[in-house]
Amino acid sequence: MADYVLSAFTWQNGLLFFIWTVITLFAVLGFVTYAIYFERKVIGWMQLRIGPNRVGPLGLLQTVADIAKLLMKEDIIPKAAVRDLFIIAPALTFVPSFVVIATIPFSESITFADLNIGILYYLALSSISTIGIIIGSWASNNKYSLLGGMRSAAQMISYEIPLVLSVVGVILMSSSLNLRVIVEGQLGGVWHWNIFPQIIGFVIFIIAAVSELNRTPFDLPEAESELVAGYHVEYTGFRFAFFMLAEYVYVFAFSAMATVLFLGGWDAPAPFLSFIPGLIWFLLKFSFFVFFLFWIRATLPRIRVDQLMSLAWKVLLPLSLLNILLTVFAIEIHKWIA
Amino acid sequence: MTESFSNQYLIVTLFIIVGIALPVVALTVGRFLRPSRPYDAKLTTYESGNDPVGESHVRFNVRYYLYALMFVIFDVETVFIYPWAVAYKSLGLFAFVEMIIFIGLLAVGLIYAWRKKVLTWTSL
Repeated sequence: MADYVLSAFTWQNGLLFFIWTVITLFAVLGFVTYAIYFERKVIGWMQLRIGPNRVGPLGLLQTVADIAKLLMKEDIIPKAAVRDLFIIAPALTFVPSFVVIATIPFSESITFADLNIGILYYLALSSISTIGIIIGSWASNNKYSLLGGMRSAAQMISYEIPLVLSVVGVILMSSSLNLRVIVEGQLGGVWHWNIFPQIIGFVIFIIAAVSELNRTPFDLPEAESELVAGYHVEYTGFRFAFFMLAEYVYVFAFSAMATVLFLGGWDAPAPFLSFIPGLIWFLLKFSFFVFFLFWIRATLPRIRVDQLMSLAWKVLLPLSLLNILLTVFAIEIHKWIA
Repeated sequence: MTESFSNQYLIVTLFIIVGIALPVVALTVGRFLRPSRPYDAKLTTYESGNDPVGESHVRFNVRYYLYALMFVIFDVETVFIYPWAVAYKSLGLFAFVEMIIFIGLLAVGLIYAWRKKVLTWTSL
C-alpha cells in the first residue's frame, strides 16, 4: 500500500485507492457490528447475565438483525422540524468519524494517507461531528433535544482543550505531527513507548477522549433518565442509526489513535517477539482499548454536569499545561546531560 | 514528492466521498424497504406523550456562552502551541522561555476566570 501511495498517480492506482477505501468502510462497519455485540456480551457478563444469545449461533447475528430492523422502520420527520438541517445532521456527524481513519497507520505496510499533519487532521475533523450534533438538536425543534445538544456542545468544547493539549507532549518528543513518524519514534520494545514518559498525558488523553465520545461516565448529552435521549429524540430508523454508527466509528478511531500515540502502534512489546506481524500487535492493543471502553461503561455511574465541567477546566486543563512544561524540562535536562 | 503529496489528499478525498455515499445509499435503499404512513399525531413534536407546550427553542443557561468564550481563548492557544511543539527541538532555549511566558499568561487568565466563578456550573 505504501509503495502505491509513493508512486505517480495513474487511473489504476486511483481505482486501487478507491477499492481500498471501500474495503476499509466495510471493515469498519463489520467492526461496529461486532463491537456492539461484544459490548452487550461483556456488559451482560459483568452484570451476571448472558447477553444476546437468540439470533444466530451464540447470538452472533443479533446486531445484523437490529440493523435490518432499523432499515425497515418508518422514517418520521416531525412537522415542526427544520427539514433540510434535520436530514443533513446525521450524515454530518457520521462522515468525519469515517474520514479520520484515513490517516491511521495500522502496520508497517497497511497505511492509507501518510499525512504530515496527522494529529491535527484527526483533531480538527473529529470536532466537526459536534456541529452535526448541534444542528440535529436544534433542527429537531424539541426541548429535550435542544438541551441535550447544548450540553453536548459545552461538554465537547470543554474536553477538546485537554485532549488537544495532552498530545503536545507526544509531539514534543517526536518533533512531528505525522502518525507514522510518531510510531517509528517508539519502536524497539515496551520501554520505548510514549505511555511511560507521557503517563500524565496518556491519562488526560483517555479521560478527555472518552468524554468526546459521549460515552459513560460522560454520556450526559443523551442521559436517558433526564433528557429522554438528548439530541436524537426525534430521530427514527436509519437516521438514528447514523448517530449511533458515528459513536462506534469513533470508538474505532479513538482506540486506534491511543494505540498509535501512546502504545507504540504496531511495535512488539519486546524485540524477540517481533516475529509476530505488526498488525497482530496493533489489533491486540486496539482491542484492549475497545474492551476498556465497554468495561468502564459497565462499572462507572454517570457524573453530574457540574462535576463534568469542573473536571475539564479545573483538573485536566491545568494538568495538561503542567505536562507540557514537565516534558520540556525533561527534554532540556536530557540535552544538558548529553 | 509532490506526487505522493497529492496522492495522500486523493485518499482523503476518496474517504470523504465514500463517507458521504454511505448515508445516501443506505437511506435511498431504505426508502424501498420502509413503510411510509404519516398522520398528524405521528408528526407532532415528542414531549413525553403530552401535546407540546409553548415554543421549543427554550431559553437556556447563559453559562454555555461563557464556556464558548473560554473555549475560543484556549483553542487559539493550542494553535500557537502546536507549531512550537513540532519545531521545539531545533529552536532551543529561547523558544522554551517564550513558551513558559505564554503559558504563564494564559494560566493567569484561567486563574482569573476561576476566581470570578466562571467555571462554577450553577443549574441545568
